[in-house]
Amino acid sequence: MSTKEPVQQLRIALRNCGIVNPRDIDDCIAHDAYLALGKCLTEMTPQEVVQEVLDSGLRGRGGAGFPTGKKWQIAATYDADVKYVVCNADEGDPGAFMDRSILEGDPHSVLEAMAICGYAIGAHEGRIYIRAEYPLAVNRLENAIAQATEYGLLGKDIMGTGFDFNIEITLGAGAFVCGEETALLHSMEGKRGEPSTKPPYPAESGFMGKPSNVNNVETFANIPTIINRGAAWFSSIGTEKSKGTKVFALAGKINNVGLVEVPMGTTLREIIYGIGGGIKGGKKFKAVQTGGPSGGCISEKHLDLPIDYDNLVSIGSMMGSGGMIIMDEDDCMVSIAKYYLKFSEGESCGRCTPCRIGTRRISELLNIITDGRGKMEHIDELKRISRTMQDTALCALGQSAPNPVLSTIDTFWDEYVAHVVDKRCPTGTCRKMTRYQIDPARCTGCSLCSRNCPADAISGVLRSPFSIDQSKCIKCGTCIEKCNFGAISIG
Amino acid sequence: MNYEMLDRSKLDELDAYINSFEDKPSHLIMILHRAQGLFGYLPKEVQMYVAEKTGVSSAKVYGVVTFYSFFTMKPRGRHTISVCMGTACFVKGGERILDVVKEELGVEVGQMTDDGMFTLEHVHCLGACSLAPVISIDGQIYGHMTRDKVKEVIRSYYVEEEEA
Repeated sequence: MSTKEPVQQLRIALRNCGIVNPRDIDDCIAHDAYLALGKCLTEMTPQEVVQEVLDSGLRGRGGAGFPTGKKWQIAATYDADVKYVVCNADEGDPGAFMDRSILEGDPHSVLEAMAICGYAIGAHEGRIYIRAEYPLAVNRLENAIAQATEYGLLGKDIMGTGFDFNIEITLGAGAFVCGEETALLHSMEGKRGEPSTKPPYPAESGFMGKPSNVNNVETFANIPTIINRGAAWFSSIGTEKSKGTKVFALAGKINNVGLVEVPMGTTLREIIYGIGGGIKGGKKFKAVQTGGPSGGCISEKHLDLPIDYDNLVSIGSMMGSGGMIIMDEDDCMVSIAKYYLKFSEGESCGRCTPCRIGTRRISELLNIITDGRGKMEHIDELKRISRTMQDTALCALGQSAPNPVLSTIDTFWDEYVAHVVDKRCPTGTCRKMTRYQIDPARCTGCSLCSRNCPADAISGVLRSPFSIDQSKCIKCGTCIEKCNFGAISIG
Repeated sequence: MNYEMLDRSKLDELDAYINSFEDKPSHLIMILHRAQGLFGYLPKEVQMYVAEKTGVSSAKVYGVVTFYSFFTMKPRGRHTISVCMGTACFVKGGERILDVVKEELGVEVGQMTDDGMFTLEHVHCLGACSLAPVISIDGQIYGHMTRDKVKEVIRSYYVEEEEA
């Protein structure tokens, strides 16, 4: 690509994943687990711990990027008989799996950080809210809590300092909206996971009405390193307003899939073409989707933008939890928008009208467009509903649900026009608009397609060109996969 | 309410779990997880039982059961096939894989096959994006699915059952 040094990964949150044995606390301690907790309890006051996190510039890794130190500072100011430290492990964004990897690969880093947070804000109770879809992570956490308690690193009188901290696990039950902190807290209380208006913020009235500090798994995983190496070191990494590193889950049409952790400010091009090894099968890059159902699609023209919280928002996407789905020339962007809206429609909790009805209406309009019945007015209506949702929905799910639509309309306008005006899906993805056809010049009449067609839609005489009966074709794509001569195309 | 149709030994186990919590209402979701684990699903009787034992109204229990996708009020097949509809799987043809599974089993999402063998579900992300498109059967992940491979996997379960 360029003559510049290839970008290197820098592992802070993932520092021990794949290195330590997560089932063996001795191995973890040998890799500095609970060192930072010891330092906090014996050498630092709670105010100093909060100050260190503030100075580090760490921002929430779950999506919105609120400064973590600020959150701790606010939670510390409230006085109550019981306070809670809550770990949000309800990783619901499709395409993101960094929290699962941390919990499975290095559970002690999260437990340690929760205890540090407890010390800093004056809480003695910790709760981890984790998706039921992650049984291995739950198992590793239970094991880690039991071992740490046995070693006196959790529970009563930690390391003989008189500080108590207990951690309990609460299982989710499959609701995306529970990643929103107020919804998460209601779910932890055994109720329907519906969000509520803020204020009051959880720092004032959270779990069981008590002051609670909610942070995400990856955020917590950064804390021990910040304490051990200092805020000055941590804040020397990254950009002006986004410090440290971020873990991204690379997936989709890319050669190297998996988790990468890079300093904030790394460009998309460096991640995709450097670490990611470029697009699969030598195809042309079309877009990268960040931020899951709350984010947007980023096109080629922004590939050289340094990634941080603020830059991503400025181009209509967001950091989100760090899912990064790469799309190539074969992906239809209207379908992608439809996919995300269908997701949000299904996951909308139904409590507020803009989200409940807005996601439904947008989905319907996108269906009309991908079915080939769209008009230009429909695109205007999409924009209008989207703006209303952004302004009026109760929680972040509803406010950000239209982002995939607005960002694709903005960036891939031509594709919308092709669907609406030309009644054509340029990538051949939208089935109602596509026709599979056999090129008679290339077809050898081998009958392979005909024998594999599940709808019996292909017929012909051996050794002369076959043809497809459009009324029977279900557009499954089997014939294209089977044809050895590239004779079948989508038009 | 009459709970005779429910297995007494399972109810005893559920009782013990419920009684292990001091504050029962706040552990409702954990209790429902256990109940579903024991009975396979959450029919009306089980919900009423949980309501009675936890002191939560049955309307609220029903509200929670219907809110979360993990809970089901219908009996389940001996195996659960979950087809991943996460973004990575979607761009790699997850929807087509779902079509094949539907066709092969002759059921729609959320339904059980007539022989009680499979319940078909779709999930939003199994976190196995590097293997996309994936399906999971009873938690076991099968990656890089194609039309032919997915049929093969499903048939292997029937073969296994016949041999057993």
